[in-house]
Amino acid sequence: MITVEAPLVRLAGVTCAYDREPVLSNIDLVVAPLQFTGIVGPSGSGKTTLLKVLLGSATPVTGSVHRSRDLRVGYVPQVETVSWSFPVTVAECVLMARTRGRVLPWRSRAEQSEVEEVLSRLGIGELAGRHIRELSGGQQQRVFIARALLGKPNLLLMDEPTSGVDVRTRHDILHLLDDLHDLGLAILLTTHDLNGIASHLPHIVCLNNEIIGEGTPRQTLTADILERTYGARLEVLEHAGMPVVLDEFHHGRVVPPRRIGA
Amino acid sequence: MGDLLRPFDFEFFRYGLAVATFAGALCGLVGVIVVLKGMSYIGHGLSHSIFGGYAASALIGVNYVLGAGLWGLLSALMISGVTRRRVIGADAAIGVITTASFALGLAMFAVFGRRGRSFDAALFGSVLGVDRADLWAIIGLTVAVATAGFFGYRRLLFTTFDPEVAAASGVRTGTVDAVVMVVLATVILATMQVVGVTLIAATLVIPATVARMMTNSFSRMLFLATGIGAVCGFVGMNVSYHADVQSGPSIVLVGAGLFTVVFVVSGSRGRRRTAGIVRRSQTASVDAIGSRRALS
Repeated sequence: MITVEAPLVRLAGVTCAYDREPVLSNIDLVVAPLQFTGIVGPSGSGKTTLLKVLLGSATPVTGSVHRSRDLRVGYVPQVETVSWSFPVTVAECVLMARTRGRVLPWRSRAEQSEVEEVLSRLGIGELAGRHIRELSGGQQQRVFIARALLGKPNLLLMDEPTSGVDVRTRHDILHLLDDLHDLGLAILLTTHDLNGIASHLPHIVCLNNEIIGEGTPRQTLTADILERTYGARLEVLEHAGMPVVLDEFHHGRVVPPRRIGA
Repeated sequence: MGDLLRPFDFEFFRYGLAVATFAGALCGLVGVIVVLKGMSYIGHGLSHSIFGGYAASALIGVNYVLGAGLWGLLSALMISGVTRRRVIGADAAIGVITTASFALGLAMFAVFGRRGRSFDAALFGSVLGVDRADLWAIIGLTVAVATAGFFGYRRLLFTTFDPEVAAASGVRTGTVDAVVMVVLATVILATMQVVGVTLIAATLVIPATVARMMTNSFSRMLFLATGIGAVCGFVGMNVSYHADVQSGPSIVLVGAGLFTVVFVVSGSRGRRRTAGIVRRSQTASVDAIGSRRALS
């Protein structure tokens, strides 16, 4: 007998608007346990809003959001939105996850060891006393992942986790997320990076105010779906069994890729 | 040495000194949140707005704390209402409503004369007339704010740093913000007489900014800003007596002097620490009064 686990979150007909201007329109989406999904789409397509609906910080105008009783969401914001000059150390930042219901300002011994454990697990144990601005892009991402993990989530939402980082850091973050997913975490992230991130994920949602396509990279990273998502013609090639999206056009025809130095 | 201690012979000075010291500490403590939340312009505007209520209550003879407090609350609600409807930007709303309120206060004093409490004292601060009741009031307020800060430390930190995630994590950020606004208005009211409405914003901003240049820790910044504010109040009051300058300008000038020293001594590291909060102060007033940013 096949057992289907209950979804963590189910959106049905969700529409969100700011100043009566719809940002999300009639969204049906299911986030299941162990799901690993990338949401792609142009700027202003509603990716962040969709994350905020799942997080519970944006309220739909119409439609319903059903959350599982045992849902615990961890949220990793876009690094561009973080106030890096704020006077807070890595340990203080991570400990913010332990705010609700706590009255005393200082951390308990148990909290201290929990913070140390999660930082060590993410390979930044030695940075606990450092100010958050004194870290590299990848380390900064890990701090906010650590804060999210301290809340023991079963769903991790990440807004542009690889924005503004170099290739190596992007690989490191992808590997880290893969490990967390293997440990049983459902992950849903937004990204602009079709080749570097989205094509490596098992499940993609193409969004442009409404869901244009949903499925595996092979099913969704197609010229037709991408054109409807981005409003521009993109060419999709295949490399090592994975789709590669190109947007280089010359007189209406694609310049075929050429190996440099060949 | 005798000259330096001579003002302590006067009761009014002793009360004034104690009130200025506590007022400085209180402004320093609250100023940390004001600076980090980018609310400096709101603090500045609210103090000017309260002057209109101060003038009206002085003219009609009602308690100035009540009159100015209600006026300040009304101004805050108007700013919030205009901003939420997005008729104009928050900074413009603050500018129009609070300066109009300030101008109305000046006009009332000009037309009806300067009755009741001192006009100059409200503008630039004065310790003349400070009595034991004022002292106990400011001590009580300082203890209340410090206690609220102690027990609400984690919520305050999370809400100030990352309000959206804090709210999603179950922190009542709306309540925290409302308490911050009420505390800010109360502190402005309580310290108006010593510092003056035109200079209160400086006593809120300077200690916190100096403290930020000295530390990277939120808790240490709270302690440092409180101490720096108290020192500015204490030294500024003594300068005020000996230089025969009103207390408000003296306290602010001492703070500005301290800022200059720390700015030079801390070098590029201190400047880097404050660079972001200055930028934030210039741009984030909108968030502080509840306007929503585009989310996508």
